Amino acid sequence: MSSIQVIKPGFFDSIQDLGRFGFRDLGVPLSGVLDSYSSKLANAILNNDAFCAVLEMALKGPTLLFQNDTVIAITGANLSPKLNEAPINMQTKINVNAGDVLSFGALKSGCRAYLAVDNGFKTEYVLGSFSYYKGITNFYKLEKGLFLEIEKSKSSHKLDNAHVKIDKEHFSTEIIEAFKGPEFNLLSKNQQNYLFKNKFKIELNSRMGYQIETTIALSHEIEMLTSSVMPGTVQLTQSGKLIVLMKDCQTTGGYPRVLQLTEKGIAAFAQKNTFQKIYFKIK
Amino acid sequence: MSDLKLTLKPFGNKAILIEWPPVISESILKDILCFKHKLQNHYANFYDISTAYNSLTIYLKSAFLDFENEVEKLNTIYNLEIKSKEIENYIWHIPVCYDKDLAPDLDSFLKVKKLEQQQFIKLHSQNLYTVYFLGFLPGFPYLGGLPKELHMARKSNPNLNIKKGSVGIGGQQTGVYTIDSPGGWHIIGKTPILFFDISLEMPSFLKAGDKIKFYAVSKDVFLEITENVAEEKFTLKKEISHV
Repeated sequence: MSSIQVIKPGFFDSIQDLGRFGFRDLGVPLSGVLDSYSSKLANAILNNDAFCAVLEMALKGPTLLFQNDTVIAITGANLSPKLNEAPINMQTKINVNAGDVLSFGALKSGCRAYLAVDNGFKTEYVLGSFSYYKGITNFYKLEKGLFLEIEKSKSSHKLDNAHVKIDKEHFSTEIIEAFKGPEFNLLSKNQQNYLFKNKFKIELNSRMGYQIETTIALSHEIEMLTSSVMPGTVQLTQSGKLIVLMKDCQTTGGYPRVLQLTEKGIAAFAQKNTFQKIYFKIK
Repeated sequence: MSDLKLTLKPFGNKAILIEWPPVISESILKDILCFKHKLQNHYANFYDISTAYNSLTIYLKSAFLDFENEVEKLNTIYNLEIKSKEIENYIWHIPVCYDKDLAPDLDSFLKVKKLEQQQFIKLHSQNLYTVYFLGFLPGFPYLGGLPKELHMARKSNPNLNIKKGSVGIGGQQTGVYTIDSPGGWHIIGKTPILFFDISLEMPSFLKAGDKIKFYAVSKDVFLEITENVAEEKFTLKKEISHV
């Protein structure tokens, strides 16, 4: 097996594929890439299957040493990628040789970047998925010294130098697309309007979810029995705090579910940072 | 088959939420599990079905085009006849050690509740607990049936690392931490049984509708079972039961 060695981990990097399906009734989170738009693009550039596992890197990338030749593609947030200290392009195939070092610099746009390798990462496969999750996989983020298994490249790739065009809106938009959630209609008319007429500031950001600043105007006394939640569910706490659940969220929750983001909405949200502001727009 | 009034709602465009009246009851649980069973046999467009106290969520493989059409299909399936014996559930006998060395919050719990340790053990292990659903953590059972005498509000300061196997009480519920996790429940015992084992094809032996009976074991027996579990030599005692 070929591999990539972690010289220095980044802020939070994890191996992810499209998620862990079929175990929801056992309380197993879905997991998977937060920005499926960017990860699918990275796999597509390498002609990988969409299910191939990629490395998701948030805010500050890791330093990685390639033990073998392979081909890579980087998409998503611009974390100033460099190969052997020289800046490299994103959204394109890059040939990498054994001994090459991939590192990252300053965050220039977005929040999460994706590294795809030829044929995908072949790290531990648990319950039908490569996706890291604490308590399910042995590792939940990259650690110094870890070896990430990859497949030996079968043939040397022809580089076509073609950049794939990306949708800039995906990174710059403040608009997040959502459906009304199951408890939307329990809010007052004023609160329903408030949700779509105001900008909200992001306070916390993780793979589990984003927290949005508390808004007194959205406080309520709705009580409900614990029920299902999923990535993209927007919960509203009694004090008026919105919680936007992401891919590592629990399978159940007890707060009213006022909105449900579309997959496009989740992907756009995944590129937002703490203190940025967003609008919700009804789909 | 039932006169319960169901509500079907879209949950985004790739999931459907079905709700029963907001009550925690075994008859609703039974109706939910029967419906789930029928869906697994007669509905094709799903990759996951999860249930909770009064709800069932179908996660669709592809987005629905016409919600009303889907509702009609689901209502037809709901009204199919089923023999309740088709659904197998079990009563699981779970060893718990209530020794204070393994139960960091037992002393403070007993003090607040003004109970002797033996009284507490009897109260906690006498009832048959119903597994309503699994959630919160992988494999974590939401159990109904904790005696009123043992209800106690969660801790105001959660523990950052509760070890798997810890048996806790939080509010009106008791449960087992299935993996290491932060949590706000009072830890009053520990079980040597693995409730979530990723090396198994079905990582959790429990499922919604099962029942749990705790029985008290000494620290010595706890250690012995722990060893046997590690060597895969321990077989849990179970009995067939129907919801």
